[in-house]
Amino acid sequence: MANSKSVILKIKRQQTPESKPYWEEFELSYRPGMNVTSALMDIAAKPVTRQGKPTTPVTYDSNCLEEICGSCAMLINGQAKMACSALVANLKQPITLAPLTKFPIVRDLAVDRSVLFENLKKVKAWIPVDGTYDLGSGPRQSAEMQEEAYPLSNCISCCCCMEACPQFNDKTGFVGAATIAQVRLFNSHPTGSALKTERLKALMGDGGIQECGYAQNCVEICPKELPLTKSIAAVGGQVMWQAIKDLFRT
Amino acid sequence: MSQPKIIVVGGGLAGLSATIKIAEMGGHVDLFSIVPVKRSHSVCAQGGINAAKNLKGEGDSTWQHFDDTIYGGDFLANQPPVKTMCEAAPGVIDLLDRMGVPFNRTPEGLLDFRRFGGTLYNRTAFAGATTGQQLLYALDEQVRRYEAEGKVTKYEAWEFLSAVIDDQRVCHGICAMDLRSMAVQTFPAEAVIIATGGVGAIFGKSTNSVVCTGSAQSALYQQGAYYANGEFIQVHPTCIPGEDKLRLMSESARGEGGRVWVPKQPGDKRDPKSIPEGERWYFLEEWYPKYGNLVPRDIATRAIHKVVYELHLGIDGQPMVYLDLTHIDRATLDRKLEGILEIYEKFVGDDPRDTPMKIFPGVHYTMGGLWVDFEQRTNIEGLYAAGECEYQYHGANRLGANSLLSCIYAGFVSGPNAVNYSRNGSKSTPAQQVFDSERKRQEEINAHLLNNDGAENPFLLWRELGDTMTKNVTVIRYNKNIRETDAKLVELLERYRHVNLSDRSMWANTSFVFARQLYNMLQLARVIAQGAAMRDESRGAHYKPDFPERDDANWLKTTKAYFAADADEPRFEFEQVDTSLLKPRPRRYDVAT
Repeated sequence: MANSKSVILKIKRQQTPESKPYWEEFELSYRPGMNVTSALMDIAAKPVTRQGKPTTPVTYDSNCLEEICGSCAMLINGQAKMACSALVANLKQPITLAPLTKFPIVRDLAVDRSVLFENLKKVKAWIPVDGTYDLGSGPRQSAEMQEEAYPLSNCISCCCCMEACPQFNDKTGFVGAATIAQVRLFNSHPTGSALKTERLKALMGDGGIQECGYAQNCVEICPKELPLTKSIAAVGGQVMWQAIKDLFRT
Repeated sequence: MSQPKIIVVGGGLAGLSATIKIAEMGGHVDLFSIVPVKRSHSVCAQGGINAAKNLKGEGDSTWQHFDDTIYGGDFLANQPPVKTMCEAAPGVIDLLDRMGVPFNRTPEGLLDFRRFGGTLYNRTAFAGATTGQQLLYALDEQVRRYEAEGKVTKYEAWEFLSAVIDDQRVCHGICAMDLRSMAVQTFPAEAVIIATGGVGAIFGKSTNSVVCTGSAQSALYQQGAYYANGEFIQVHPTCIPGEDKLRLMSESARGEGGRVWVPKQPGDKRDPKSIPEGERWYFLEEWYPKYGNLVPRDIATRAIHKVVYELHLGIDGQPMVYLDLTHIDRATLDRKLEGILEIYEKFVGDDPRDTPMKIFPGVHYTMGGLWVDFEQRTNIEGLYAAGECEYQYHGANRLGANSLLSCIYAGFVSGPNAVNYSRNGSKSTPAQQVFDSERKRQEEINAHLLNNDGAENPFLLWRELGDTMTKNVTVIRYNKNIRETDAKLVELLERYRHVNLSDRSMWANTSFVFARQLYNMLQLARVIAQGAAMRDESRGAHYKPDFPERDDANWLKTTKAYFAADADEPRFEFEQVDTSLLKPRPRRYDVAT
């Protein structure tokens, strides 16, 4: 019977950023429709390991539980995924849960991904509006333009693309695919393009777009299916033109 | 001019729009949020945002939007602020358009609009089916710009605990907890804006995000703020039942032509696609020929309840009905609804382009909230509220696609008002002791919780809370059951005294934080339950079979709850509703009015 089936989870725990990690196993009863976040909620309601040892609820980030807020990214069976949309029925058991490895750990499965928000600041990922007072409607845009922009604007900042990227590490300082896709989005907007040069300059040099090694892991892992490699190619072209222009200007 | 220092608590649409206005006026904002603001619950809004721009040649007007909103809210909202909101709406859409929101376009390149519940006009601007996400991102980007300019300081992963209020009842800042170090700290400000969203967690599973506990509103209510119309809880007719939450299936699915039906034959086990047209019952279209599937949410929810629980016609005997989009071509569905169809596909496993969706109502939104005046001021001086956490704009029932508007609009009103208050006031800086004593009070609560020796698990208490509230204080309400629920809440509050935390560490301790929120949820649940018990009528989302009619003579009034600290329970006052612009008339969607 499906109802009496149990679910085995192996979870990597770590009390503080400085302390040593360790693994704990849990056995839960399966319910149809169960996802990883509801399994973590079950553990919180009864924090006892498979061996019967009382433990603490698992710390993890979550909010919307419908794969739109980007909070609950973690390694599920070794792959960066959103825990809310990871259905237990589709996962090989025992299910291993571990924190993303490329970001400072906070506790258990929670990590600090503020680097992405800092990167978005560096590339000025915004439209430079004059103010919030009434200035009439925005620039007229074709339905085709909207259909180009909309998928890029669906990025949920989960950072899965950065976790999966071999080039995203301390050595390169690479900004990662998510930020580059936002540069493409804002450069393509009629008003946003006013900051195009500044954005492209922010992507030149160490840690910039040149660090991309075209491994294509980003586009494969993105839960929202953003056209990430296409964006890197497009922005790569823009950066090259900018570099040539700069060369002739100096 | 001076640079006023203002605290905004909450980084959803209301908090961010207040922040932008304040920074633009030269103020400095300390912005507090439990989650990074880009992950706020506003991202979950799907269908769109209303504004009577009349771009479809239908003769729509801001007055008609105002009339629909008041009528949809069953005349419980104060009318003047609703009117100004509807008048401001077209300008809000223009601004969002300028900020780069990828709204869907017409062939001519203008904004496209679709129909939503409770109106006969195409009034809802939308960005696919992820409008809330797109709006939140646009505001988040503008706030990031101000952050880069040093005008905004973000405190993300901080939880609001209480306001700092002096003995003259003036608010001078907040007390908050760092969700990593668990350190409690006070922050001074010349004004504070609360924008902390909904209360879904009080009902256990809902469409709300994890952070929507109502904890901040409850803490302020316990500090003396009025809480208004708490009994008005919107149950959204179309949700996907789930193990951890009820996922919203947007009203836009019906706005784009989705039809709700059940097999006419009880317990029909056939594949829905194989059931012939003549053996399906499109009950909303039959009962409400004018509005059809686009009746307001309270009406659709009660209809589904009736079909399932009274007529026993739920799919295969289960509490579910079909929401059918399969008659619409795939390209149109992908262009206009892709985001929500993906949610259904991911979490249920069926493609709604091929198979009718199975849906059921779920707790979605609170019309009630912190009492505010037309300037978004609470009854505590220097303390403002904006967004779902306050009660101002939706009366007894909110129309779809009005929440994004009311959040942004209330942010745009509260921000400038807070700036003007801090510039014009002649307030004296309170003694440090006011801050110290509030911090001490909060630290004592923490110490008590962490050292408590009991046997109660906070997560299990929460499940009991959610079960009793959902069962007795949502769609169908009987006084006897509500009173039993209130007695249950008293029992849960008593048992809460014996809460035992399995985790007593002082680093990123989420169960400790949750236990704090749970106490506030229990206190606010009593406001909701007792308000519902008192209101012996049916109005909007509040429905009592024993009192099936709206009773304007006795109940056309705002419920205002305040906390009686000595008795540890709510007390109630009532306030006249400002109906100066539209005379209340019967609300009927089955016939034209």
